[in-house]
Amino acid sequence: MGYPHPSHPKETPVLSKHFGDAGARTYEGWVQRGGYAGLRKALGMAPDAIIEELKASGLRGRGGAGFPTGLKWSFMPKGDGKPHYLVCNADESEPGTFKDREIMRWTPHALIEGCAVAAYAIGAERCYIYIRGEFTEPLAVMHQAVAEAYAQGALGADALGSGMRIDFVIHRGAGAYICGEETAMMNSIEGKRGNPRIKPPFPAAAGLFGMPTTINNVETLAAVPHILNRGADWYKGLCLGNPKSTGTKLISVCGHVQRPGNYEITMGTPMRDLIFDMCGGMRPGRTLKAVIPGGSSVPIMNAEEAGDCVLDYEGVIAKGSMLGSGGMIVMDDSADVVYQVWRLARFYAHESCAQCTQCREGTAWTTKILERILAGKGKEADLALLLDLSDGMTGKTICVLSDSCAAPIVSGIQKFRPEFEAYLSGARQPALAMA
Amino acid sequence: MAERVTVTIDGAQVSVPKGTTLIEAAKQAGVLVPHYCYHPSLPSPAVCRMCLVEVEKSPKLLPACVTTVADGQVVHTNSVGAKKAREGVLEFLLINHPLDCPICDQAGECELQDYTFQEGRAEGRHDDYPKRYNPVEEFGPDVLYVPNRCILCTRCVRFMEDVAKDGVLNVSERGDRAYIGMFPERELDHPWAGNVVDLCPVGSLISKDFLHKARAWDLDRTASVCPGCTQGCNMTIDTRDNTVVRLRPRANLEVNRHFMCDEGRMNYRWMNRGDRVEAPLVKDGPRHQAIDWEQALDRLAQLVRGAAGSAVILASGRASTESLGLVRRMLAGFNLTAAVAVPMGEEAPLAGVPGLALRRERAGNLIGARILGYDAEWTAALAAAATAAIVVLLDVELTGAEVARLAGAGAVVALATMESEGTSRADLVLPITTLAEENGTYVNVDHRVQRFQQAKSPPGMARPAWWLAGEVLVAAGETVEAPATAAEAFAALGVSYPAFAGLTHQELGFTGRVLRSVPAGAAG
Amino acid sequence: MSGATQAHADTPHQPIFVGEVQARLEALYPHYPTRQACLLPALWMVQEARGWISEPAMAEVAEVLGLTPAYVKGVVTFYTMYHTHPVGRHFIQVCTTSPCNLCGAEDVLKSLLRESGCGELGATSPDGRFTIAEVECLGACGFPTPILIDDDFIEHVTPERVPGILQGYK
Repeated sequence: MGYPHPSHPKETPVLSKHFGDAGARTYEGWVQRGGYAGLRKALGMAPDAIIEELKASGLRGRGGAGFPTGLKWSFMPKGDGKPHYLVCNADESEPGTFKDREIMRWTPHALIEGCAVAAYAIGAERCYIYIRGEFTEPLAVMHQAVAEAYAQGALGADALGSGMRIDFVIHRGAGAYICGEETAMMNSIEGKRGNPRIKPPFPAAAGLFGMPTTINNVETLAAVPHILNRGADWYKGLCLGNPKSTGTKLISVCGHVQRPGNYEITMGTPMRDLIFDMCGGMRPGRTLKAVIPGGSSVPIMNAEEAGDCVLDYEGVIAKGSMLGSGGMIVMDDSADVVYQVWRLARFYAHESCAQCTQCREGTAWTTKILERILAGKGKEADLALLLDLSDGMTGKTICVLSDSCAAPIVSGIQKFRPEFEAYLSGARQPALAMA
Repeated sequence: MAERVTVTIDGAQVSVPKGTTLIEAAKQAGVLVPHYCYHPSLPSPAVCRMCLVEVEKSPKLLPACVTTVADGQVVHTNSVGAKKAREGVLEFLLINHPLDCPICDQAGECELQDYTFQEGRAEGRHDDYPKRYNPVEEFGPDVLYVPNRCILCTRCVRFMEDVAKDGVLNVSERGDRAYIGMFPERELDHPWAGNVVDLCPVGSLISKDFLHKARAWDLDRTASVCPGCTQGCNMTIDTRDNTVVRLRPRANLEVNRHFMCDEGRMNYRWMNRGDRVEAPLVKDGPRHQAIDWEQALDRLAQLVRGAAGSAVILASGRASTESLGLVRRMLAGFNLTAAVAVPMGEEAPLAGVPGLALRRERAGNLIGARILGYDAEWTAALAAAATAAIVVLLDVELTGAEVARLAGAGAVVALATMESEGTSRADLVLPITTLAEENGTYVNVDHRVQRFQQAKSPPGMARPAWWLAGEVLVAAGETVEAPATAAEAFAALGVSYPAFAGLTHQELGFTGRVLRSVPAGAAG
Repeated sequence: MSGATQAHADTPHQPIFVGEVQARLEALYPHYPTRQACLLPALWMVQEARGWISEPAMAEVAEVLGLTPAYVKGVVTFYTMYHTHPVGRHFIQVCTTSPCNLCGAEDVLKSLLRESGCGELGATSPDGRFTIAEVECLGACGFPTPILIDDDFIEHVTPERVPGILQGYK
């Protein structure tokens, strides 16, 4: 549902069906609402059968990468004798994204159930749920829910009487966006600085504590029990666009819309339906200027591109951006694109882990250039410089934070160049005072 | 036999074992891939991004330091993309790096200078933004950290953490605020900490001892071996105007990898001592009279021929194999007691490199001496010296008490570098060269014979000890020809000492050779 | 957490991992294959107990977990939620990243700085009640502007609501 707003007819409430329903938080409440049937069914299946079902469903990682989930699980070695780990990525820090928080604080058992199924399917006896440190409510709710699940025998040495061990550990983050990157997350769990690791080795070969590991996003895992309950065909059938993008996606719409919130849409829903129908469109007297569809790390789209964009992985790529995490930031004509590009660059500069030269220095330098432009002291050559530095920051680092800083800069200049030039020429008054 | 893989790097085809990194494979193809954070003796983090190379069929540039070879790979280290990426890294590094070259010790041996000159931008585009500033910090007794120059390659952190196993350095903060940090109340005082100065590619970690002492381009560099203990770390002696100003480790993967301990590193001032014996001296009443070498060698030959009975050699553990061997042969006709001084100290291993330690025996050629029969116990040798017909002191500085023990000896000949109580007592004093002033060899704890080379010219009339022994042997008719070079002296050792039979200086190269067989009783 | 037990920077360090806190830390050991992995949880326990993480506290954590103090410090300075100096009794985190920025977050921040008495970021108010930090995306973009006061996550903050909200924190 478009929580906190009532569900819209064009939504497909699956994961969000119980958002706002306090009764869904307890173990009993969740069982009453059909919960833990998926886990029960999974524990009676062979792990390979579960993986095949996931593959058939077409579920793809909902954290941002969109990697096919069943395929990722199939990378885990079999019969290797090493401990396997499942890591649930609840670090949700991508600007514009606020869906995993809702899943955890309204339907914690949905996540627990999904993680338990995944752990069983990949041969993991332990699942670490990494929740960002700022999510105090989800942390409290999840701790309570996990305790309940243990008390009810859904977790522990003999999960739901299956003889399988499934243990959960909730690990609290401490303020670092980069820990949402899967290898940085593993380092953070291991008690290290949240530095991303070089790949190879890949987590399924050598991940957490050097052991085979699968990392999945909260939304991805929450979808798993539904797929087992209602079948892969049902999930695959939830598709209005490209057949490679199936199921539902929670889109976190924020910024300049009448009704910001989380909207669960069937893959392939047109973006204009989401923004103008479900979210109630622009504020009075305002027109759409720009949309960042998938969290701040994807290219900015202009109104024209947003106008006929289909919301699935391929559809957004066709418009030159990415579905990403589904954190949709909407800007109307009152927005200062240059200011927001600067604010995003500042975000990335703050979050850079400092390993790679291009990211460490580039995020800070581009921020300084944008600040100078906003202060009315920009130079004509600054735009070409920003584009050249962005190129130097793309495709050359251990992780893609550097590329993510470049994306809004490049797309901002490409599509909103006059706004930058207005600052350069003095046509627009400075928005910042230089320190 | 490891499976081998063939790759083409910049047009040159090489065959390397499977698992080799591209950067190492490139070395074999004669290609140096520019890099900062990579080091063959440290775990590889691939953070500097300087070593990105183009690999055909790969969509992105790949870091050569961690990408392993795949059969048939074709690599271009100087493609347009690779060069642009390197140019980018250099520009990014220089936006906060101060233009300190005129006052920075690293100038002339700085990898940031080198690569920027080679392929950096001629002008930076960072304009008039202020650069990041942090004050200089004293990290330890010798190491200074200049944060402004730091490129965050993290070699120092990895060395202390993974090789020295003493995690006193960290990376603090995040993003462009990051710097190398320490915890208060701890110092960079590990016995091997000085290596971080060598590892630092720029002038961020510098040595107080070397601070502003000499410019890199004024230095002459000579391959040598540390005389400080039996480990035999390979080192380079840096001299300026015939003065030793710095010792640095020299790579030898079999002995010391890329490291040397601080005690050895700092122990060079004695090489510059001015209180040297500069001319042969003969005792004339209460004083010494300077004579020339011809007279000195005559006098020595007389002493050697004229004496009978027992002889004692008291030698320094720093004497070269050539000198120890030939001096002993010179006294072959006597009932000989030969001892080598072995100062002792505490062992200090480098935990992350098995077999590498500052050894307790602080004598660089102790093993060589033992193999050559210098096996007497020191105090026993001193006792024997009291009644010996001839006592030879080979580069030892005896204490007053020890000199007094020589009162009853027949003749005392001091082959001496420095003036001391012993030289005052000696009937004949012959000036000899130190390891810095001659070619020669040491044998280390693993029985590896390693060459050192002459780094500075000797003072006055000093000559190597093996030379004068060789001359005496000729005068005595023992040999036909005296060795004219250390190499010849070394080759001659094989005649009397089977351990060295058939071995030549040339074969030893610059990394040495382990002796094939060792006579019983010669173990160190 | 309330700042009720904030340790002053100059008082001698009293061990934290004793009694109940020690028991809580040791209860975590079976959940991780290494002691090192307990580092982030241990640091949270320190901050809960003392309000911030001092250098002696870092040294204590290092000793308990078998790490070096420098290592612990490197980790502490990486993560922005750990305070390395004392803060006000109530720590306020305000999100100003783009989604909230588009919806007036900077005005909320200005209002908080003024109404709390802090005046500027990072400064503690004269009455010792508040310290305010500007933080990056708090993950509640649809409910602008979200703020954290200690562990209380408050959504839909506006400049008008600020005085009322602050009154609840003594």
